[in-house]
Amino acid sequence: MKYINLALRWLFFALIIKPIVKIVIGLRYQNTPILPKDGPALLIANHNSHLDTMVLISLLPLKILHKVQPVAAADYFLKNKFLGWFALNIIGILPIERQGKDKTANPIEQCAKALDNGKILIFFPEGSRGEPEKMTDLKYGVVKLAERCPKVPLYPIYMHGLGKTLPKGDALFVPFFCDVVFSEPMTYDVSGENFYDNVKERFGELQDSIKLPKWD
Amino acid sequence: MFFDFESMRTVTQVFMFLLAGLSIASIIGWGLSVTNKEKDYTELKQRINSWWIMIGIFGLALVMGPLVTVLLFAMLSFIALKEYFSMTPTRLVDRKVLFWAYLTIPIQYYWIATGWYGMFIIFIPVYAFLFIPFRMVLAGETKNYLRAVGNIHWGLMLTVFTLSHLAYLVMLPSEGEYQSLTMSGDGAALLLYLVMLTQLNDVAQYVWGKILGTTPIAPTISPNKTREGLIGGVITTGVLAMILAGLLTPMIWWQGLLVGLGIGIAGFIGDVSLSAIKRDIGIKDSGQLIPGHGGILDRLDSLTFTAPLFFHVMRYFYF
Repeated sequence: MKYINLALRWLFFALIIKPIVKIVIGLRYQNTPILPKDGPALLIANHNSHLDTMVLISLLPLKILHKVQPVAAADYFLKNKFLGWFALNIIGILPIERQGKDKTANPIEQCAKALDNGKILIFFPEGSRGEPEKMTDLKYGVVKLAERCPKVPLYPIYMHGLGKTLPKGDALFVPFFCDVVFSEPMTYDVSGENFYDNVKERFGELQDSIKLPKWD
Repeated sequence: MFFDFESMRTVTQVFMFLLAGLSIASIIGWGLSVTNKEKDYTELKQRINSWWIMIGIFGLALVMGPLVTVLLFAMLSFIALKEYFSMTPTRLVDRKVLFWAYLTIPIQYYWIATGWYGMFIIFIPVYAFLFIPFRMVLAGETKNYLRAVGNIHWGLMLTVFTLSHLAYLVMLPSEGEYQSLTMSGDGAALLLYLVMLTQLNDVAQYVWGKILGTTPIAPTISPNKTREGLIGGVITTGVLAMILAGLLTPMIWWQGLLVGLGIGIAGFIGDVSLSAIKRDIGIKDSGQLIPGHGGILDRLDSLTFTAPLFFHVMRYFYF
């Protein structure tokens, strides 16, 4: 069963998601892509749409797909049986209990364990998706995780346009180009001091480099 | 087989000349980078390589017949409209309207594939023009209404209506009968004539501007465009149009010259009008889809003006 799911996941991304992302939406790299070749690594990105995860997975080559795990809220994605199967096996999420819901679970430890196993995690430091095309304040989870795994490189990525294509709370898909900006990887070992502010500053720079209009 | 050598002989011949010219350009580009190592010729090389791909796709579509050509231009319209909506300000409340705007593409190209000229020519300027504001008032938001509705209409006219004239060229009736969907005929030659002259006009204006250009012609919009470049480009295009008219079109030499001069001027206006939009928004290129050229709109801007004009001149006088 495990191999069938892995094969299904590969087919889903190779035949459905990648063509949609590359042809219907269309990616425009604003600079040369900076991406991990292998795990462990952490992709951190802004979060405005369910498509964010799809685009980030599509950026990586299919041959490391089995190592890629988007970190996602268990209470949202494991609501019912089918969605749960789909999220766990096809999208391949790492389900975490959001803070405040269950005090016994430690989401940071869950992520750290996956990184120890050489996974490439997709992590949205803002938490949930928020307003279309607006970046909210980062939460402290990313700092705690980086502190726990100080050698793992973090790749900040900024995406523009997906909050227009498929914003939160809307099911109608309207294609816009997705502009992607990459940034040099950072580790807690090197830039540990004021890590929170460093990450925030990086995202500020990435955001400023895109001059295209957001929603009115 | 889609390809009929007898009726496509002139198209094939002109295409061979085009490929030969491009090969010379590639060799010059390679020669420049070898002899002059200090200067960076990456952009020139990228430009030429992109021309190979664009001409390859275009030639393949012509060979595969009108249906494939129509589908290719539908795809180009889709990418161009997406590029346009991605660079201009749009409102969140208009998401459903934008969805309808995209839907006009398959509908418009369906009229073309079925050869329904009457519908093709009024669908965007009449039906889409009336439907878009209707769908927008349903959303009920009046703030920036005029700007939003104008923006969507301008995008549809620019990327769907004008570009679809290119596709209708291959459907033009030859000797009173509608073109078959699988066999290329006279329309393919007309399409090649127009696209080739419009693109060569861009190149010629650029080259003449580089060599002789001193007097800016539209300094506030496009500082690199000069009077000398425009005049040199228009004359070059006119002469080429005159030479090719007998091969690819039903026109005789002086008619070809006039049409060529018209293509040169209309191409310039199309180019400058997109530059004005980009300058208004504050961006340099409309995208990066084509390495060395920018976005798809940067490449198609001149065609948005030359296509309808050439199409109607042809239809009025010859078909």
